[in-house]
Amino acid sequence: MTFRAYIIRRLALLVFVILGVMAVTFVVSRVIPTDPTALYLGGGRHTPEQKAAAREALGLDKPLVVQFGLYVKDFVRGDWGNSLRTHRPVLGDIMGFLPASLELILSAMALAVVTGISMGAFAAYRKGRLADHTGRVAAIAGVSLPSFFLALVLQIVFFRVLGLLPVAGQLSISVAREYPVTDITGMVVVDSLITGNWVAFWDALRHLILPTLALAAYCAGTTMRMTRSAMLDALESDYARMAYAMGVPDRVIVGRYALKNAMAPVLTVIGLLFAYALVGTFFIEQIFAWPGLGTYATISILNLDYPAIMGVTIIVALAYVTVNLIVDLIIAKLDPRVMLS
Amino acid sequence: MEFRSLRGVVKALNGVYLTVHEREIVGLVGESGCGKTVTGYSVLGLLPKPQAQVTSGRILFKGDDLLAKPQQEMRALKGKVISMVFQDPLASLNPVFTVGEQISRVVRVHHDLEKKAALEAVRTALQATGLPPTDALLKSYPHQLSGGMRQRVCMAMAISCGAGLLVADEPTTALDVTIQMQILKLLLRLRDELGVSQILITHNVGVAAQTCDRIAVMYAGNVVEEGPTADVLKRPRHPYTLALIECLPQGKSAEQLKTIPGAVPDLIDPPAGCRFHERCAHVRDICRDTMPTPFEVARDHWTACHWVQEKSGRGVGVTTGHEPGVGAAGVPFNRDPGIEHTAGGGPATGESGDDIRRE
Repeated sequence: MTFRAYIIRRLALLVFVILGVMAVTFVVSRVIPTDPTALYLGGGRHTPEQKAAAREALGLDKPLVVQFGLYVKDFVRGDWGNSLRTHRPVLGDIMGFLPASLELILSAMALAVVTGISMGAFAAYRKGRLADHTGRVAAIAGVSLPSFFLALVLQIVFFRVLGLLPVAGQLSISVAREYPVTDITGMVVVDSLITGNWVAFWDALRHLILPTLALAAYCAGTTMRMTRSAMLDALESDYARMAYAMGVPDRVIVGRYALKNAMAPVLTVIGLLFAYALVGTFFIEQIFAWPGLGTYATISILNLDYPAIMGVTIIVALAYVTVNLIVDLIIAKLDPRVMLS
Repeated sequence: MEFRSLRGVVKALNGVYLTVHEREIVGLVGESGCGKTVTGYSVLGLLPKPQAQVTSGRILFKGDDLLAKPQQEMRALKGKVISMVFQDPLASLNPVFTVGEQISRVVRVHHDLEKKAALEAVRTALQATGLPPTDALLKSYPHQLSGGMRQRVCMAMAISCGAGLLVADEPTTALDVTIQMQILKLLLRLRDELGVSQILITHNVGVAAQTCDRIAVMYAGNVVEEGPTADVLKRPRHPYTLALIECLPQGKSAEQLKTIPGAVPDLIDPPAGCRFHERCAHVRDICRDTMPTPFEVARDHWTACHWVQEKSGRGVGVTTGHEPGVGAAGVPFNRDPGIEHTAGGGPATGESGDDIRRE
């Protein structure tokens, strides 16, 4: 199978996965013993006529299958329904909150991947030595500390005790007022960098550090451990021994020969960690008052705003499936033996 | 040579004397676990550290002790002057790089060449091993090649920088019989056309008989007999060599294959004296407490055995030329006139040529 046919096949599969996710979230949202019309209409008592009108407006009077069909049709068109709470289109709301989450998740994953892989590779190279033991202890700490606990510790140390970094939010209020950031991607750090708004860039970067660390710790620890074990296998392999026998320098054997072979399992784990980060950010955003998807999701869940919950669920599923597709494609590119099937 | 293991110290090599002359293939034969591969690995410094410790001895290459060389210097020699091929060619090649990438990497490690020039060197090396130096081959991955081709690719990598000594560790064992013969012929061609000296490690006496100029028989970490191939095989002196040759099938039908009774001793706690005495049919009292030293039984033919020594009428303990437990190997490198070396076919004594000696 060619690379292109493989991509097309995987994309087709992706459609079915998303349809499945939509079906499940749709059914769940309909069986919740609650009255969406009450939320739709707002507080107070409502007449049966008002409720009937609300049911009609929400399409709840039609059979379930028809409702689902309509939901899918509108979904494809970009109409993900209106939030029961804000009465605004869900897609618009999500697109407003998503960039802040993406900014946090991407920076955390980038940090986790870079430190995890380099620490893991180095630990494997220095197996049994001080660097290996130190790295492994750090990795265990990162994996076993709950992210919300780590977040609180970081806040206490860096904000309360040292006073080095801001405790919450994406941007200081004074900076946001005096140096407003032009909205391009929605990610404050990126936008301020593009527009050359250095004051805002520096301020946004400082705000990003603590939540990034809190979210990245678990991912970095897991990546480190996976990289270390995969690298140990690679460094003890026959081809590594052959390379040693040919006088190839250690740094080439570790950094190229072994690392390229060790990447497949590491990338698979990184794909899964991405899913962890997508949901892990929900806690972190709460703790750091980060105006992202997690905050939006939390409010929606607490208010039983089911169109919004469904939208968030689908976005998370979509992101997860896409990341794993990308991971599989990179693995196929790295290892010529991977059968594209 | 010792290994530190959880069970104790494994005295893996103890008295390995081996000389390799210029343009010569020396076979290292013996049962599994007798130290053939460990000997080969120690020449290239491939033994795992810190578990593997060389407690005494020298490995002389054109007069230089390889064991005393700093790591950087040793690395510069590996692949360029001394190189190695292994048993499993598929596992020995990196699965995620093409043939061209892997070999040219080795070439560029040792020579300051542009990518294109390095690829030319790769083509030359491939041709020398009987492979077509086509773009298609350069761009193929190891898993796309046949077993014989893979081993040729390994050999091409090993000789790509003009190595003068090749250690071949069971290079034919993983291949099927028809391909084995081609690879052995290739070893001979490398010797004759490029002057590559070789140490051929094999458990197969037949393979050694077809290929080697000289044979060294190893048992439990010792070289027990060493000499010209025909001499060693036709007139073996050491009881272990005798037994090993008797185990070879003679081609008669329904023949009961012979085996050597007993097993290789545990090298954590090796027997005192001669390591073969527990399985030896000619065991003497002296064998149980004194390690025999090698002596010359015929021209260039050495063995370490009290029984042979007694039979030949020499006094026990008399040695010629060798220090106790010595082997010698001269790997002169004819394409490098800057370095002093023994002339081809020089005497196999510890003082001249390259000396692999372990205790």
